[in-house]
Amino acid sequence: MSAFRIIGRSRRKIDALAKTTGAAQYADDIFLPRMAYAKLRRSIYPHALIHSIDIEPALRAPGVLAVITGRDLPNPFGILPKNQDETAMAVDRVRYIGEPVAAVAAIDEATAERACELIEIAYEPLEPILTIDAALAPGADSIHEWTRRPNTHKSISLEFGDVEAAFARADYVREDTFFYEGSNHAALEQHATVAHYDEAGQLTVWSSTQVPHYVHRGMSNVLGIPSSHVRVIVPAVGGGFGGKSEPLGFEFCVAELSRRTGRPVKIALTREEVYYTHRGRHPAKMWLKTGVKQDGTLTGLALRAFLDGGAFSSFGIATAYYAGSLLPLTYKLPAYKYEGMRVFTNKPACGPKRGHGAPQPRFAWEIQLDKIAAELGLDPLDLRLRNLIEPKSTTMNSLRVTSCGLHECLEQVANASGWRERRGKLPPGKGLGLAVSSYLSGTGTTMWHPQLPHSGVYVQLDRGGGVTVFCGSAEIGQGSDHLLATIVAEELGLYPEDVRVVAGDTGLTPVDLGSYSSRVTFMTGNAVIQAVDQLRAKLFEAAGEVLEVPVEQLAIADYKIYDTTDTANSMAYVDAVIRAEARFGTLGATGSYFPPKLGGSYRGAVIGTAPAYSFSACVAEVSCDLETGAISVDKMWVAHDCGRALNPALVEGQIQGCAYMGLGEALMEAQAFDPHGLHLAPSLLEYRLPTSLETPEIEAILVESIDAEGPYGAKEAGEGPENPIVPAISNAVHQATGLWFDDIPLHPHRVYQALHPRLSALEKPISLPDYPFPEPERPDVRDYWSEPT
Amino acid sequence: MNNMLVTLTINGQTMQTVCPPQETLLETLRERLQLTGAKHGCELGECGACTILVDGEPVLSCLTLTAAMPGRELVTIEGVAHNGRPHPLQLAIAELGAAQCGYCIPGIVLTARVLLEQNPTPTRADIREAIAGNICRCTGYVQIVDAVELAAKQLREHETVTS
Repeated sequence: MSAFRIIGRSRRKIDALAKTTGAAQYADDIFLPRMAYAKLRRSIYPHALIHSIDIEPALRAPGVLAVITGRDLPNPFGILPKNQDETAMAVDRVRYIGEPVAAVAAIDEATAERACELIEIAYEPLEPILTIDAALAPGADSIHEWTRRPNTHKSISLEFGDVEAAFARADYVREDTFFYEGSNHAALEQHATVAHYDEAGQLTVWSSTQVPHYVHRGMSNVLGIPSSHVRVIVPAVGGGFGGKSEPLGFEFCVAELSRRTGRPVKIALTREEVYYTHRGRHPAKMWLKTGVKQDGTLTGLALRAFLDGGAFSSFGIATAYYAGSLLPLTYKLPAYKYEGMRVFTNKPACGPKRGHGAPQPRFAWEIQLDKIAAELGLDPLDLRLRNLIEPKSTTMNSLRVTSCGLHECLEQVANASGWRERRGKLPPGKGLGLAVSSYLSGTGTTMWHPQLPHSGVYVQLDRGGGVTVFCGSAEIGQGSDHLLATIVAEELGLYPEDVRVVAGDTGLTPVDLGSYSSRVTFMTGNAVIQAVDQLRAKLFEAAGEVLEVPVEQLAIADYKIYDTTDTANSMAYVDAVIRAEARFGTLGATGSYFPPKLGGSYRGAVIGTAPAYSFSACVAEVSCDLETGAISVDKMWVAHDCGRALNPALVEGQIQGCAYMGLGEALMEAQAFDPHGLHLAPSLLEYRLPTSLETPEIEAILVESIDAEGPYGAKEAGEGPENPIVPAISNAVHQATGLWFDDIPLHPHRVYQALHPRLSALEKPISLPDYPFPEPERPDVRDYWSEPT
Repeated sequence: MNNMLVTLTINGQTMQTVCPPQETLLETLRERLQLTGAKHGCELGECGACTILVDGEPVLSCLTLTAAMPGRELVTIEGVAHNGRPHPLQLAIAELGAAQCGYCIPGIVLTARVLLEQNPTPTRADIREAIAGNICRCTGYVQIVDAVELAAKQLREHETVTS
């Protein structure tokens, strides 16, 4: 019998019926009196200087209310303090096809769209730089002036232990190169924003964002208005997956257009515009070298990764670090070298997509490990079991692992899939593949103001028995509002439906940094527990006097506070609230979450730290049509160590959603461009993604390692389970076909080519640029097997 | 272009609206009639988020002209609950956690309602086939299929009780 009433049980989300009845209001559903509509005029060149912009013809068009260009909003912004490299619209130079150059507000959308076409822009086209290799080629033009070498956004070179000695010690060493294609989040809701700069000089913004706090900060900086006059509200958000996790130019454009017109202004992006706004998965070229002993014990790993960042920084520094820092979390790795590089190219900026930086190298390494297992005649499952990291250990790169259920995850997926009995015995064209991974439960550091809490919560009790929880967290479909209600209800003996949640409103709620890095359950959860514990203590103190029972002997459940030794001796929750208010005054309490100090002392050591890590394992079963090359995934088993499942149905939904998204990346999705920088598939039809027909049954298996620092032991579930999916599918395709595929997506024509030796010459080898990484920094390494102190 | 006066029957109510002849039904519903449950996801008939029912069949309202709708019976997501009581499909999706961001859900509820009217005992494959035009990026479809199965079962049981 669970010690909890609400925690650990599958329960309807508090906003679920609003979403099934059509009542939920998304940003594009907001219609305000006198509202105007905005459209953007976008660059038709991937790289060009802007010589002149004539907005007069647009301004003269009937129904047009305002026209602005980059020079009207020159203040730069960017999600990372060091990389303030974007402006709301291009100033003097465009860096990708689709970059906003001007914005129009008009009485309706069609008028705004027509007026955009009337703007006359004189460009001087420049040579576009569209690939990693072109970006790093000698003599390449520099997309940004501020980079130390042309187009090198971030270069990382770190070595933990002596990796050459580790390879010398190995019985078998293997090198491979890999390519991971970029992909878009393709959240079903296209971004939308409504801004209203009112007569009193107060700016209110409703935006489809995962990060209201950062949008708030950006509004103040870019528009030059006091932060105290800005309010950002998150309405229902139709999916994020990382695509809405930073301020975006169009949000500032509508705010400025509202200031200029004195009307509320809405913008709703088209699907094509979403693909050009992007911030999705970085295309990555990778080289990996792994050494093992004859029995499969790892001796060392070297990884070199080149990330194609597109035109702007976004979270790119973090992406580049994550690509290296999260690999050592799954296996005991005695030596590790990471060289990483993010380059700028003339394409829409890449950013964080579910798994942020982790999926690409994880894909590469998990395939390489299968190749090694094949060479050594080992079962890939045994190879992994031999090397698994264990709870309470520290990785080579100083990441602190607390709880770890990876071993159980692996056993569970192996058992559920019949791995031991079925692998290698399936008919031709069928295969099973396996992979594991680990991910952050929130980051150990903030981007701004590291001394401030990562999450803040305020809980208020009213004498009628109502309770309201205020928090800046952003509900994007993952259930963060429900999490707040669940924890308050658990701690106060109520039910989630009794709790009013005010979230994601920077005018009303304490700061929570937002829905990214899988941080909300862990961090917001801890903050709300801290707040509500104080209130329960007051209720107990007041009730204890009435019931004449010491507070330690009291419990709270089902609207009652009662004596645990004599449950008939009880008082109603609402009466306890009244007594407590009489005794202490108005009842409210705040809670905050600060992560512990984590990480090594080397540069970038903090990126990759997290107060806890989730662990996942996947087995995928695939069929390959050996005639046509078409691949289908028949079933996926995904086990995920989420610490504790606060609401199992929601955790299962996250795991299944992750598996779905990984399936899309493995087989279909490609944010790819033609040689002129034009997106090859900027619609949901051309950009192939899985429908209900291509998505198999996905068995989600919950592993509960009960983390000592997580709320009730919980860790993340929203991103980690995606990371093992793509390599598991690729490894299964190897089993089905006998062929290794070192790049994705596995489009049927590519598989067909590989299956036909006559055509396989068409496959281009994956080559990495010859970039001279500097001598690595060699931090003091802590033994990977130490107990944390 | 001259506006037209169009008579529409939506969720059992007959009403008149004025719109240009090229206006889509999705635009009319959302911008003139405040029926915002049908969503924009692509405007090209690719995602299913704008699905409504026309004469009992799922139709993509982003590809349908309002001017062609007089005399047709339209049902939107706002017309699915009965006197404030959600439809079993709406309850099942809510209960099983199958609505994450929720953006696809109005279209899926309407599509699945038609499926269950035509086939009260669908297999999981039938359900997947029926909703193949409704993209969901959150759930991986498993819980949605579970919910449609659950609603089908509840509707059958209800049928047995009331007949």
